[in-house]
Amino acid sequence: MIGAGFVKIETEFPAFSPFFLWRVFHKALVLLSLLRSCGLSQAFKGLREDSHIYRCALVRMSMSCELSGLTGRLPACFKLKTATEPSHGPNSARHWRRKFLFLLLILVALGSICFLSRFHGRTSRVKNKTPNSCKGKAQILLQEFNISGNHLHALASLFSTSDQNEMLSETLAFFEKEYCVSFCTFVKASWLLLVVAVSCKMSGLLLKLWRNQRKKVINQPPVAQQQQQQKQQQQVHSPPKAGKWRKKLLLVFVLLGIAMSIWLFWYLNEEIVLRREETLANMCDERARMLQDQFNVSKNHVQALAILVSTFHHRKHPSAIDQKTFGEYTERTAFERPLTSGVAYALKVLHSEREQFENLHGWVIKKMETEDQTLVQDCIPENLDPAPVQDEYAPVIFSQETVSHIVSIDMMSGKEDRENILRARATGKGVLTSPFKLLKSNHLGVILTFAVYDTDLPSDATPEQRVEATLGYMGASYDVPSLVEKLLHQLASKQMILVNVYDSTNASSPINMYGTEITDTGLLHISNLDFGDPLRKHEMHCRFKQKPPLPWTAINASAGLLVITLLVEHIFYAAISRIEKVEDDYCKMEELKVRAEAADVAKSQFLATVSHEIRTPMNGVLGMLQMLMDTDLDANQLDFAQTAHNSGKDLISLINEVLDRAKIESGRLELEAVPFDIRAGLDNVLSLLSGKSKEKGIELAVYVSNQVPEVIIGDPGRFRQIITNLVGNSIKFTNDKGHIFVSVHLADEVLGAPNNMDEVLRQGLSFVQDNYDKPCNSLSGIPVVERWKSWEHFKKLSSRNSMEEPEMIRLLVTVEDTGVGIPLEAQSRIFTPFMQADSSTSRTYGGTGIGLSICKCLVDLMGGEIGFVSEPGIGSTFSFTGPFRKGEKTSLDATWQQYGPAVLEFQGLRALVIDNRAIRAEVTRYYLQRLGITADIAFSLKSACSYPSSACNTRVSTNLAMVLIEKDAWDKETALLFFHSVKDHMRKITKEVPINRPKIFLLATDISPTECSELKSAAFVDNVLIKPFRLSALVACFQEALGSGMKRKVNRKKASDLGNLLREKRILVVDDIAVNRKVAEGCLAKCGAIVTCVESGKAALAMLNPPHNFDACFMDLQMPEMDGFEATRQIRCVECKVNEKIASGEASIEMFGNVAHWHTPILAMTADVIEASIEECMKCGMDDYVAKPFELGELYSTLARFFENG
Amino acid sequence: MDVMSQLQRQWLEHSAFLRKEGYLDDQFEQLRKLQDESSPDFVVEVVSIFFDDSEKLLNNMARALEQKVVDFKQVDAHVHQFKGSSASIGAMRVKNVCIEFRNYCEAQNLEECLRCAQKLQFEYSVLKTQLEYLFRLEQQIRAAGG
Repeated sequence: MIGAGFVKIETEFPAFSPFFLWRVFHKALVLLSLLRSCGLSQAFKGLREDSHIYRCALVRMSMSCELSGLTGRLPACFKLKTATEPSHGPNSARHWRRKFLFLLLILVALGSICFLSRFHGRTSRVKNKTPNSCKGKAQILLQEFNISGNHLHALASLFSTSDQNEMLSETLAFFEKEYCVSFCTFVKASWLLLVVAVSCKMSGLLLKLWRNQRKKVINQPPVAQQQQQQKQQQQVHSPPKAGKWRKKLLLVFVLLGIAMSIWLFWYLNEEIVLRREETLANMCDERARMLQDQFNVSKNHVQALAILVSTFHHRKHPSAIDQKTFGEYTERTAFERPLTSGVAYALKVLHSEREQFENLHGWVIKKMETEDQTLVQDCIPENLDPAPVQDEYAPVIFSQETVSHIVSIDMMSGKEDRENILRARATGKGVLTSPFKLLKSNHLGVILTFAVYDTDLPSDATPEQRVEATLGYMGASYDVPSLVEKLLHQLASKQMILVNVYDSTNASSPINMYGTEITDTGLLHISNLDFGDPLRKHEMHCRFKQKPPLPWTAINASAGLLVITLLVEHIFYAAISRIEKVEDDYCKMEELKVRAEAADVAKSQFLATVSHEIRTPMNGVLGMLQMLMDTDLDANQLDFAQTAHNSGKDLISLINEVLDRAKIESGRLELEAVPFDIRAGLDNVLSLLSGKSKEKGIELAVYVSNQVPEVIIGDPGRFRQIITNLVGNSIKFTNDKGHIFVSVHLADEVLGAPNNMDEVLRQGLSFVQDNYDKPCNSLSGIPVVERWKSWEHFKKLSSRNSMEEPEMIRLLVTVEDTGVGIPLEAQSRIFTPFMQADSSTSRTYGGTGIGLSICKCLVDLMGGEIGFVSEPGIGSTFSFTGPFRKGEKTSLDATWQQYGPAVLEFQGLRALVIDNRAIRAEVTRYYLQRLGITADIAFSLKSACSYPSSACNTRVSTNLAMVLIEKDAWDKETALLFFHSVKDHMRKITKEVPINRPKIFLLATDISPTECSELKSAAFVDNVLIKPFRLSALVACFQEALGSGMKRKVNRKKASDLGNLLREKRILVVDDIAVNRKVAEGCLAKCGAIVTCVESGKAALAMLNPPHNFDACFMDLQMPEMDGFEATRQIRCVECKVNEKIASGEASIEMFGNVAHWHTPILAMTADVIEASIEECMKCGMDDYVAKPFELGELYSTLARFFENG
Repeated sequence: MDVMSQLQRQWLEHSAFLRKEGYLDDQFEQLRKLQDESSPDFVVEVVSIFFDDSEKLLNNMARALEQKVVDFKQVDAHVHQFKGSSASIGAMRVKNVCIEFRNYCEAQNLEECLRCAQKLQFEYSVLKTQLEYLFRLEQQIRAAGG
């Protein structure tokens, strides 16, 4: 059973402990590995892998500390963690411990049951033994009963009930005793059980206590880091101490258990031995008493015989007894003396009477043969010699038949008998000889002798008187062996013990009267026998026949206890070592946590410092680049410098974005609403990413539908961020030979009829697939997924209510790639932060997986939708919608002004695009269209050969300024052919050598410099355009090639100081406060401006009534009577009217100072630069604002916008 | 020469003191920068305009506050003007009091307004004394040929 219990433990134990350990280890491992690989903030994520909420919190936390150092949130999160963490650990530990206790209890119960059953077996065995003695007692009792006589039967029967009761009560008492014993054992066992359970519970309790202490320590919020560290150290040091203490306790427990088991063994063994001794003593005493009793009964009979002889032989004359009578009588009463082998009567004969005696009986007194003991059996009285002369003789006159051979033998002649006779007559009591071999029977025996006196002697008679009165001697021989044998036969369980009877008169050498040779079986009990002769001492020695069996009960019990103890110890040891291990891990984790916290703080600081430190030099870089651009550069150099400048600006904005991400997470991001040029923005994004895509050989292209307004109002930064993320993501997952294609359409276009769609959209929607016998119409010819599926589920796409806000447009942006695609099972979690398709993704492609989630956040924030379609192996298409407002083109002239002259320059030109892929051609056309160049598309060089001639419209032919040939469609021979055909055609039309022959550009995504120069030197190709296009690069290239590109001076002569900017400018300052007026005047006059001051809105209105010659107006906002807002509104109103008049021709331009369009820049002067008031300024028609009091730098940057071009 | 350098030192010390004590701020320095050959007395001009304005405003303010029914809007307008002008010359302490004053005007707390008016008066007079002293020093420097 214990074995079974053990097995059970072995099987059960690992089942729960590894679970607990797994948790802890997992945490530790995750922590470690994350620490190593992903950075600290993510490691915190690992701490709580359980719930998404936690993760979100942590992600947010990590973001906030990583990016903005918003450490305020950090402690909160940690607090949260420290609060939850410990409550979790002990929980499972408690659970585990409870299980363990339960098992232990089961085990102990099993053990104790086993133990008890063994005890029970033992006691029942004892019970078996004890009834034996009980039975013996009952027998004795019965015998006694029988002996006491039948006449008592009635009386006895009268009492029998009570006797039975007595018996019953005796037995009951016996059973009670047994019960008591077993109960004691049970109590002991249960005590043991209790001790085990209590120790179990205690250790559990102590552990819990200890843990609670720890928890308290942990729960205390860190007051200072140093304190925490101290605590940490304490924590680190305390567990081994506790472990040691626990182990000591365990050792004590084990020693106690061993001691207990030894004690138990000793105790049980002792009890067994005691019980055995008791049994032996009982049996021995009982036998001795019986022997003694029976002997005494016989002795009484012998004495009765003696009295008989005295009465009927000596008192009667003539004697009533002769040998015959005596023999008969004794023979018949022999049953009364079951122990005697025979009785005889010897007469006291003095020497003087010998002859007379001999004559009377007719035989001679014979001497007892004592010399030759060996011949005893054939002892014939006739053969014996006559007794020698002595003082007196004791010849046997009567004898029982059995011993008739001793008649006439002088008893005095035997040494033993003589002593016996002498003693008997002196004492008047029965006297025993020492044992000797009886005549004839050759058994060891004793002779009992009684003296017969002639008179009744007083009890205090002297020995002399007794000797005098002696008439004869009655002797009875007792055959001891048969006597004892007979006796033992009557008793049960004679097999069990070995009985020896000794005559121990001579203590130094007792004579063995009965029993075999002594074999030492250990236990010995000696009972004294009193046969009524004070001079003789007899002893009965009892031994068990068998040596005591091994005390199996005790051995089993103690072994069981030992096993239980060791088992418990083992379990506890295992548990303790596991707990220790867990605690060790816990400590390690704590330590790591503290380190991670410290590192995190350091990281936030580092981040804050570094981002600042990056920004500072970047500003330097940008400033220098700006200055470089102001120097005299050729188109290429300028483009390079601009690219560098833009990249630098992007870098700065990227750093800001990193900080923004935290804002997105915390929901504090606000979207801007500013006008921006979406096309230029997309160009920038693509040129930023083109480096990466070129490395991988991916074709990158963007296409914006014609219907998308040039300027839209929205958040360009966020828009760009989304595009950047999506395209960056696509680049990451697209391998070489693929493409990434960004297209922007109005949502309405998608919903509209296919006929109204542009080429790109139609191809994207596969409506035109049948028209072209090409396997695929994608940008690079590689199959792509069906794009429209990505916006299939968009709800807002169709439910747009255009009636409400006609200004609103909804853009649909798709980013199509030919990457690896997203596995189907991962598609559901693609927008979850930090979730990539699978864990191997980050290994293969890198990245954190946050990009898409940010995209989703941003799109949601904009009020749009994002979706995707992806097929593994083919690619993915992400698309999103976003609401924007239509912007006025004028509100962005500053941006357009950069390209303005260039665009005008190319306006009306024609170009031929030769490309074998329709979409790619469309993209090229899109760029050309932006420059005002009309483009025709040919799908191969061959078909292009016929283009110049087929173009019947001469205007078209003459205007054909450039031919753009895709590198894929390029082949030298055909190109040559085409080139010639163009030349011929030109000559045909103009009849002269074409100066303005079409320039030929080669379009390539990736081209080596050698190849490039080779092509250029062959003079076929004027230049090579590297895709993705940037409008600026395109312009520069065209300008260079077409020769029209004089070095642009635009932007070059930026007035570098305010003085130049404002020189001779007439400026009106409106302020009611004289001091302010004076200051503003002074400030502006310093810059060379001609300043006029007025002190009220009304005055300003008067002054600014067209025609006037003010270049700008600075307007205070708060003024009595008419404030700045109102004044501005009215000024604008007046201006508007004038403009209308001019436009309608009501008034001539001359009337209003030759200015066709009146719009005096009005700048607000405000002390509180808050959003609301600024918005209001803009609303009422102001152009900008300057903070009051004036700061020269700010003034410059604000005014520059207005006077730069003027 | 000794007198000159001493005067200059005094002037420097005094303007540093004014800066340190918060009577004046950067704006005043800006004004000083605007002063050149073409307008040699620019600062003095501006400040004297400020003084004139301020006295008028303070009087108006005091009168407005003495009314049985105080028109807080009126008071606020005055304070606003005062704030604007003081900000323009960089009189920081006066400006700060104005800001405080405006808050109480908004809250229509007459008691505090009166307290502020007093405070404003006090700050203004202190400023005036200080600036006058400063200008006097300047004049002396100029007279000494600096």
